Amino acid sequence: MEAASDEAIARFENVGLRYGLGPEVLRDVSFALPKGSFHFLIGESGAGKSSLLKLIYLALKPSRGLISLFGNDIAVTPRQKLPALRRRVGVVFQEFRLLNHLSAFDNVALPLRVSGAKEGLVRKHVSELLAWVGLESHMEARPPTLSGGQQQRVSIARAIIARPRLLLADEPTGNVDDVMGFRLMHLFEELNRLGTTVVIATHNMQVVERLGHGRLLLDEGFLTVKPPRPIPDPAATGKDLISDGEKKALAVAEAAAVADPFGNFPGDDETFGDPASLENYL
Amino acid sequence: MFKFLLRRSDLPLDRDAHSQFLPWLIAFMVFLAVLAMAGMLMLNSVAERWDQGVTGTLTVQIAPSEDSSEDDIRLRAALTVLASTKAIDRYEVMSDSRVLKLLEPWLGGIANSDELPLPRLIDVELHSGAVLDSKQLAERLAAKVPGSSVDDHRVWLERLVNLIRTVQTLATLVLVFIAFATVGTVIFTTRTGLAVHREAIEVLHLIGAQDAYIAQQFSRRALSLGLTGGFLGLILGVPTLIGIGFLVGRMDGFLMPGLHLATYHWVIVGLLPIGVAVIAMVTARLTVLRSLGQML
Repeated sequence: MEAASDEAIARFENVGLRYGLGPEVLRDVSFALPKGSFHFLIGESGAGKSSLLKLIYLALKPSRGLISLFGNDIAVTPRQKLPALRRRVGVVFQEFRLLNHLSAFDNVALPLRVSGAKEGLVRKHVSELLAWVGLESHMEARPPTLSGGQQQRVSIARAIIARPRLLLADEPTGNVDDVMGFRLMHLFEELNRLGTTVVIATHNMQVVERLGHGRLLLDEGFLTVKPPRPIPDPAATGKDLISDGEKKALAVAEAAAVADPFGNFPGDDETFGDPASLENYL
Repeated sequence: MFKFLLRRSDLPLDRDAHSQFLPWLIAFMVFLAVLAMAGMLMLNSVAERWDQGVTGTLTVQIAPSEDSSEDDIRLRAALTVLASTKAIDRYEVMSDSRVLKLLEPWLGGIANSDELPLPRLIDVELHSGAVLDSKQLAERLAAKVPGSSVDDHRVWLERLVNLIRTVQTLATLVLVFIAFATVGTVIFTTRTGLAVHREAIEVLHLIGAQDAYIAQQFSRRALSLGLTGGFLGLILGVPTLIGIGFLVGRMDGFLMPGLHLATYHWVIVGLLPIGVAVIAMVTARLTVLRSLGQML
C-alpha cells in the first residue's frame, strides 16, 4: 500500500444525519480520509455504513456538520459543480445498480460518456477494462444474463473506468463466497497501491482482521477511527476468526490472491487480467 | 420515423408504453393547428382584399321614380354633381343587366327590368389617397336628385371585418390552446418517464452526469415523437385543406373572394409540425431540469 499523504480526500466534521423527522442515524461523525489510504467501514447492520457512504458520494446532504470532498466544502459548492466531484469518486454499490437495459459494455462506459469522452476513447478503454476483468466475451451481455460474480465485476469496472481518486464499495463481499471475497479485497488493495483511496463497507470481520487496514467503526451512529495494525497471528492470539471449513478455502484463496491477485483460482472460471495492464490503464 | 435523432440513449425511453400515444395526440393537435392557422391566414387575406377593394370606392343609388321617363333626367343630374366633385377620379353607371345580376341572389332570375323597377346605380372611384365627405356629397346629390343616396360601404365593411377579426381571434385562441395542450401532454409524459426511470436516472446522477446530459435524452425523445406526430398531423391536414379549398372554390366568389392559401401561407403551415416538435423538446428539457434540480 502506498503511504497515505497528509492531504485529505474527504473530511467530515461533526456530521449528523437524520431521515425526515426520525432519529439521527449518524451523530457527530468526524474523520479524514488521507490521500492513498485504505479503510474498512465496519459496524452492525443498521449502524449507518451505507448512509455514511452516501454522504461521501454525495447522494445525501448531511443534517448538520461539515463535509469536505477533494478540498471542496460541499455546503457552499454550487450544485452544478457537484457532478465533477462525483466523477472523481467510483462507487461499487451493494446491489451493483447496473442498468439492465444496457449491455455490460455500455454500463461500464457510462462514467466516460457522462463526462463527454469521445466514443473512440470509450471503446478502447472499456474494451481493455472488460477484458481485464475477464468479461471480454460478455461485452454485449445484459446484466440479468450475467452471474452475480460477473455483475460484480461489471460494477467494479464501471467504478474504476474513469480513474477515480476515491473508490467506495458497499458490502462488496456480501454476495460472493469467501474465495471471491478475498480476491476482491486483493483487487481493491492493488487499486490502492496504484494510488486510489479506498473505503470498503463490510461486516465481514474475517477479511477486516486478516488484512489489517485502518477501520472506521460505526456504532449506533457514532464513528471511531482505528488506525492500521499488524495482521494478527492466530497462533499467537489463540483466537481463530474463521471456521475450519472456511479456513481451507481461504488458505487456498489467500495464497493464490497474494501471489497473483488477478489470476485464476482453482475451479474458478472467473478471471481478472494481468495487474500490469491495470497499472498501465490507471 | 425520426429515430435517427435518438442516437444512443442511456435510458430505455423508446420502450416506454406511456409515450407511445404521444405522436397520435400531437398529430391530432397539429391537424387542428393546421386548420386553425390556414383559416386565420386565409381570412386575413380576405379582409385585406375587401379593405383594399372597397376603400376609395362608393356607390350612388338613385331610386326609381314613378314616371320612368324622369329617371334619365335624374341620372344626368346626379352625374353632373359627381363630375363637379374634385375627389372623384371616375364614375360609371351600372347597366341594368349588372344590377339584375346583383339582385339575383335575393330575387331569383328576372328576365328584364320591365318586370321590376330598378334603381340606377353609379360606381364611383376616388382619386388615390383622396378624402371625400360622403355625407356632404349625399346632401348635394339629394338637393339636386331627391331620392338619391350614397353608400360608402363602410358600415357593412366594418361589420364584415369585425366578423373576420373575431374568427381570427378564435383561431388564435385555438392555436394557443393547442400549444398549451402540447405542453401539458409533454409535461405529463416526461414526468411519467422520470418516475419510471428513476433508478437509472439516479445511477446516472451519482456517477456524475450533469442535469443537461439526462435532460438531453428526454428532449431528443420528445423532439423525435413531436416530429413524427407533427408530420402525421400535417399529412392529414393538408388534404383536408385542399378539400375545403375545393368546396369554397365552388361557392360564389362574391362573399368569399379568392379564398386560397398563398405560397408563404403553405410554408407557415408546413412549419407547424416543426414548431410543435420544438415546443415538445423544450418542454421536456425544462421539465427534466426542474425535476433534477430537486436532487442534491
